[in-house]
Amino acid sequence: MAEPQRARPKPTPETQHFWDGTKVGELRLQRCDACAHVYFPPRPFCPSCASRKVSVFKASGKGFLYSYVINHRPAAPGFTPPYAIAVVELAEGPRMMSNIIDCPQTPEALELDMKLEVAFQTLDDAITLPVFRPAKG
Amino acid sequence: MRRNQVAVVGAAETTELGVIPDMSQLQLHADAALNAIADAGLKLSDIDGFATAVETPQQVCHYLGIKPTWVDGTSVGGCSFMLHVRHAAAAIEAGLCKTVLITHAESGKSMIGKQPRFTAPDSLNGQFESPYGVYGPPSMFPIPVLRFMKTYGITHEQLAAVAVVQREWAAKNPRAMMKEPITVADVLNSRMIAYPFRLLQCCLVTDGGGALILTSADRAGDFPRKPIYIMGTGESVETPMVSQMETFNSSRAFKVAGSLAFKEAGIAHEDVDHLMIYDAFAHLPLFGLGDLGFMPYEETGSFIADGNTRPGGKLPLNTNGGGLSYMHSGMYGMYALQESVRQMRGTAPAQVPNAKISVCHGVGGMFAASGTIVFTNER
Repeated sequence: MAEPQRARPKPTPETQHFWDGTKVGELRLQRCDACAHVYFPPRPFCPSCASRKVSVFKASGKGFLYSYVINHRPAAPGFTPPYAIAVVELAEGPRMMSNIIDCPQTPEALELDMKLEVAFQTLDDAITLPVFRPAKG
Repeated sequence: MRRNQVAVVGAAETTELGVIPDMSQLQLHADAALNAIADAGLKLSDIDGFATAVETPQQVCHYLGIKPTWVDGTSVGGCSFMLHVRHAAAAIEAGLCKTVLITHAESGKSMIGKQPRFTAPDSLNGQFESPYGVYGPPSMFPIPVLRFMKTYGITHEQLAAVAVVQREWAAKNPRAMMKEPITVADVLNSRMIAYPFRLLQCCLVTDGGGALILTSADRAGDFPRKPIYIMGTGESVETPMVSQMETFNSSRAFKVAGSLAFKEAGIAHEDVDHLMIYDAFAHLPLFGLGDLGFMPYEETGSFIADGNTRPGGKLPLNTNGGGLSYMHSGMYGMYALQESVRQMRGTAPAQVPNAKISVCHGVGGMFAASGTIVFTNER
C-alpha cells in the first residue's frame, strides 16, 4: 500500500499565481495599488480598502517565528511527530502558516522571534510548498 | 435589541452525557429537545421557531415533527448556540415566532450518525494551512498561545492552573466526566499533545447534547420554571484560518462579541456574579478574561493561578468543570449556556450563592467566531 501523502493544495484561479511562483522559487505576495496594503492569502482585491487594482510582487522571503505548536499526536498523513506547525510573520507584514526545516523540532531550538528565510519543498509537478528555515547570518 | 424582553423557559441536556453508543447524533438532538420541552411544560406543537448547527434545521425539524415559521441554521462552530440565542431573541421581539427551540447534539466520541469533517484542498485552509500538518483542533487551536504567553509573561504553571481550578469545580458536579483532583504538576507531567499543551489542558471528547426554549418575557411567567432573561448579546467572526488572526495576543471576535453584550446589558464587570468562558483548551479563559475586559491580559494567568476563579473565589468561572473536565462533544457552547441557566435558576450542582448575572462567552471554529450572552434572573 502506498504511503499516505500529505495534504496537497489545489490551486484556484485566484491563487494560481502564488503556486506558479513557488515552483520557480519565488514567494509571491499581493500589494494594493490604491492603499499599498500587502496581504495574504491571495485574492484579486484588497481586503483593506476593496480596490480591485492589486499587483503581485516577489517577497523578500524574510520573516520571523511568530508562534507555533509541536504536534505529538498521531500525525497528519505525510508527517512524523513531533513536528512544528508554525506561523511566520513576513518582513512585508502578512503572516503565513508553515513548517520550520533545518532546525530541531524542540521548544529550545524553536525560539519565538527567531529570524527565518523561505525555502521551497517540491511535492510534485504541480505543487511546491514554501517552508522556512533559520536565517543565515 | 432591548434587554430582558426574551427569556429562557426550558433548558435541559441529554438524559446521559459521556459515551452514548446507542444513540445517533440525530437522536441525541431529539433526546435533548424532548427533555427541554418537558422542562418547559410544553408540547412539540407549541414550538414555532427552531435553530441548530451542523445538523440542518430541516433534518431536526423533520425528525421531531416540528412545523416552524422561523428557522436559523447558523453554523459557526461551538459558539453557534450563543448566536442562535441572540437571533432567536431578535426574532421573538420582531414577532416572527413565539416559542423557539435551540438544539445541539454531537456523537463526538461514538461517531454514530456524524458526518466526517473535511477540508477541501482548493479551500483557503486546504491550500495554506492543511499542507503543514494541522490535524484537528489540538494542532490548530493552541497555535497562538506561545505568542500570547511571551507577550504577557504568562507561565506554563499558570496555564496549567486553568485545568486544576476547573477540576475543582468538576469535583462538585455529579455529571462531570473527570472529577479526580489534579495538581499543576499532574498537568505538566501529562502526555504531550501539541506543545505547549498536554493532555489535561485539552478538552474531553464525549457524546451528548442540550436544548433551550426561549419565549417573550411577557409570556415567561406562565411557565413552570423561573424565567431567565436575556440581558445582552453579542456576536462576531474573524477568520477560519488561525494563521490569519489579526494578532495572537487577543481575539478580535471575542472583543466585539463581548463588548456588544456588556453594552446591551448595561452592566459593568463588577456586576458579573458568574462567568462561563468556552474552554476547548486551557488558554481560552485567559484570552476571555482579557478580551472581555475583566483585567489586563498580563494579570489573567496569576488571577486564575491565585484562586480567584475557584469555588469560593471572587469570580466563579466555568462552574460545571468546563470543556476540560465536564464534557465536550466537539461543540461546547450549549453546555456553557446550560450551566449559566442552571446558575441563574439556582439549581447548579456547584451553585454560586445569590448569583444574579451570568456572562456566557463562546468561541467557534478555533478562533473563527464568537458569541456572548448575558443572563439575569431579575427582570
